[in-house]
Amino acid sequence: MDNQKIIDEVMGGGLRVLNRIADSPLVERLGLEARAQRLVYQGAKRAAETAAKAAKRRSPKRSGDRSSKPRKFDLNLSEEQQLMRDTLRRFADDLMQPAAREADDRSAPPDDFVDTFAELGAIAMAVPEEMGGAAEQVSAVSQMLIVEDLARGDMGLAYAVLAPLSFANALVHWGDADQRARLLPSLLEGDTTASVAVVEPHPLFDPSEPRTTAKKRGTDFVITGEKSMVALAECAKWFLVAADIPKTGPRFFVVDADASGVEVTKEPAMGLRSAGLGHVKLDKVRVGRESILGGETALKAQGGAAYDEAVNRARIAWGAMALGTSQVLLDYAIPYCNERIAFGEPISHRQAVAFMIADIAIEIESMRMLVYRAASRIDAGLACQREAYLARTLCSDKAMQIGTDGVQLLGGAGFIKDHPMEIWYRHLRSVAVMDGNLLL
Amino acid sequence: MYLELPKSLEIVVNQAHQVAKHVFRPISRKYDRAEHDYPKELDMLAALMDGLNAGSRNRGTGIDALQREQGCEQGVRNGANMSTCLGMTELCWGDVGLAISIPRQGLGNEAITAVANAEQKKRFNGVWAAMAITEPGAGSDSANIRTTAHLDGEQWVLNGEKIYVTAGSRADAVVIWATLDRNLGRAAIKSFVVPQGTPGMEVVRLDKKMGIRASDTASIALTDCRIPKENLLGTSDIDTKRGFSGVMQTFDNTRPVVAAMGVGVARAALEHARELLGREGIKVRYRGPLFSKRAAEAELIRMEAEWEAGRLLMLKAAWMADNGVPNSTEASMSKAKAARVANEITLRCVELCGGVGYSEQELLEKWARDSKIIDIFEGTQQIQMLIIARRLLGKRSSELR
Repeated sequence: MDNQKIIDEVMGGGLRVLNRIADSPLVERLGLEARAQRLVYQGAKRAAETAAKAAKRRSPKRSGDRSSKPRKFDLNLSEEQQLMRDTLRRFADDLMQPAAREADDRSAPPDDFVDTFAELGAIAMAVPEEMGGAAEQVSAVSQMLIVEDLARGDMGLAYAVLAPLSFANALVHWGDADQRARLLPSLLEGDTTASVAVVEPHPLFDPSEPRTTAKKRGTDFVITGEKSMVALAECAKWFLVAADIPKTGPRFFVVDADASGVEVTKEPAMGLRSAGLGHVKLDKVRVGRESILGGETALKAQGGAAYDEAVNRARIAWGAMALGTSQVLLDYAIPYCNERIAFGEPISHRQAVAFMIADIAIEIESMRMLVYRAASRIDAGLACQREAYLARTLCSDKAMQIGTDGVQLLGGAGFIKDHPMEIWYRHLRSVAVMDGNLLL
Repeated sequence: MYLELPKSLEIVVNQAHQVAKHVFRPISRKYDRAEHDYPKELDMLAALMDGLNAGSRNRGTGIDALQREQGCEQGVRNGANMSTCLGMTELCWGDVGLAISIPRQGLGNEAITAVANAEQKKRFNGVWAAMAITEPGAGSDSANIRTTAHLDGEQWVLNGEKIYVTAGSRADAVVIWATLDRNLGRAAIKSFVVPQGTPGMEVVRLDKKMGIRASDTASIALTDCRIPKENLLGTSDIDTKRGFSGVMQTFDNTRPVVAAMGVGVARAALEHARELLGREGIKVRYRGPLFSKRAAEAELIRMEAEWEAGRLLMLKAAWMADNGVPNSTEASMSKAKAARVANEITLRCVELCGGVGYSEQELLEKWARDSKIIDIFEGTQQIQMLIIARRLLGKRSSELR
């Protein structure tokens, strides 16, 4: 039995006894309340002192995992993270927001957009130094902040640049040495682009059980299935495809876009259009064993664990997408409601309007806390399946509510394309739909 | 960024949980049925809480331990605000009515901590103080208070009527909000400590309530009630610029604690509903699409996500207070969110469990009655929304009313 358990039992037992004393009519009848209370006070004081001492003895042993300092609840960002935020926010506000409308009309990002983003070095910041990148430390929180800030610019454009970043992240987390050496350099240089293909075009899609299969043929695998809503589908050189290996479970495969049997078609959707969405059909695509992300070891149990982790990381990423877009929506709605006059005063003077604003703000904070917590658990080396699932569940509901309320606040102006509100509405519908295709 | 509970607060959480489990839960139904009976177990508990606080030297679970930390000496703090919220969460997991009836942990004590001068803090140390703000004609619009105070020689003379005073009949003293001059609005509202038994102050009735029946809710009449001049908390100067902020600041600290009440009672309901549904074969699994699950499982997960939101907003607001970051908006957000989801969750858990949930054989129906008040006291849901909206929109209370 560990110390904590002993403490629990000692204290619990003590309290049960004390409660019985308190309840006893005898104490009252004998006029012993004051004395009994003193007894309780002393007993409790001793129990607390014992508990405090035991906890002190216990702590150094346990805290050997990460740092020697006991960790505290802390919402502060590191200096590096704050610096990155400032840069990305400027990028989002100055470059992405003005480009969003045209890119949505064209169903593709502006020609030089992906390159401009590459110049920011975001991929390099995600890849550790020993793999040719510039990151001192790989952090899920940092990645999540990148997603949030980019989605503040435009969710569709963010999706476009996050696809190759997600591909690089997968290599960093789970790729083997050969795969990193083969694929990372040109991604880091910005010469080639790549994308992640997990989502499939059918209702009730479950990333843990993809219908796309990878069947063994000798030393190769043959992949068959359909992938949906893939970003940069037409210009990606490689796809990271999620496919189920019978009797083994789902794994990732690096599939060359030029491979025989791969067919890419445009797949414009309600929103996210500026990401250049595409449908990827895989018809008996033959890939070598070296294509399994992580190589041979991925066929063992750790490959399954890595896949599950990728599912969690995708959920956190889409939650961060919801955050960024919801926040910019609120920042836009506030001045609009203050300036829009009806019945002789700003509409924000009406509770029906003001309460909608308050509600949006509350739910953004709610989403933010759940998403941040899930990401911070990854950095702390803790399991995050539950937290990522809950974050996704909350964001699926709240993001769309915020989207529809945002349009409502602007009224007719929210419905026409003079304002960005209708784009955000269409983007925010994707949060509940997209369960994959990105990863931190 | 690290958003887990620190090890240093595990002791506080555990202590409060043990109290909730072994003291509150066994007597929860008893005092729900016997409204207005004084829960004598609470005297023991007060001694116990004092002992725990003294023993752990960690300013324990008491509401009177709340303080706004001024700046932070070194690094981040997880201090009194957070530990109070966590403690209150556990206690309310046990029983909300009992949790707010613990002697010497009253809201009035918080007012004393926040506004009193050094001499008063010393003089009122150990006094259990209730808080009396609401009047028959002034609830959420507390600037509209009609109870008056005027100086007569060395004494304040109070006149008026207060309602909904939690622990109003049990506490040693009541902190009365009264105006020095009705024409000067909020700035003239001051708080006064009136010891129980002072001639002119009378408990005129105890309310019969739907929930938190273990807690006494009193109506108090003040008729030429005289108290020493030194019992006015803070300064008697009427500073029209500073206005209400002095007394209202108290709420920035207490709102996360009320959020904690919601977090606690909602967790009780969620855990118990989950257990009862588990016996019917409903298991909660955090994988697969929500829509492919049985409705009850999906509902449990949805509620858990909402509950986590309330809990984390509470922690954020408390963390800000602990680290000297202004948190008015976040305190209101935490209260608004945690309280409304607590009510939704407790009600839904009754529904999910059907007849068992509705019947008195389980505590689920009680929690669904208790939770409603959390969305009302310390500023209703709608008042929190007004506060948040005014901040975000940059509006004065005269504009966004």
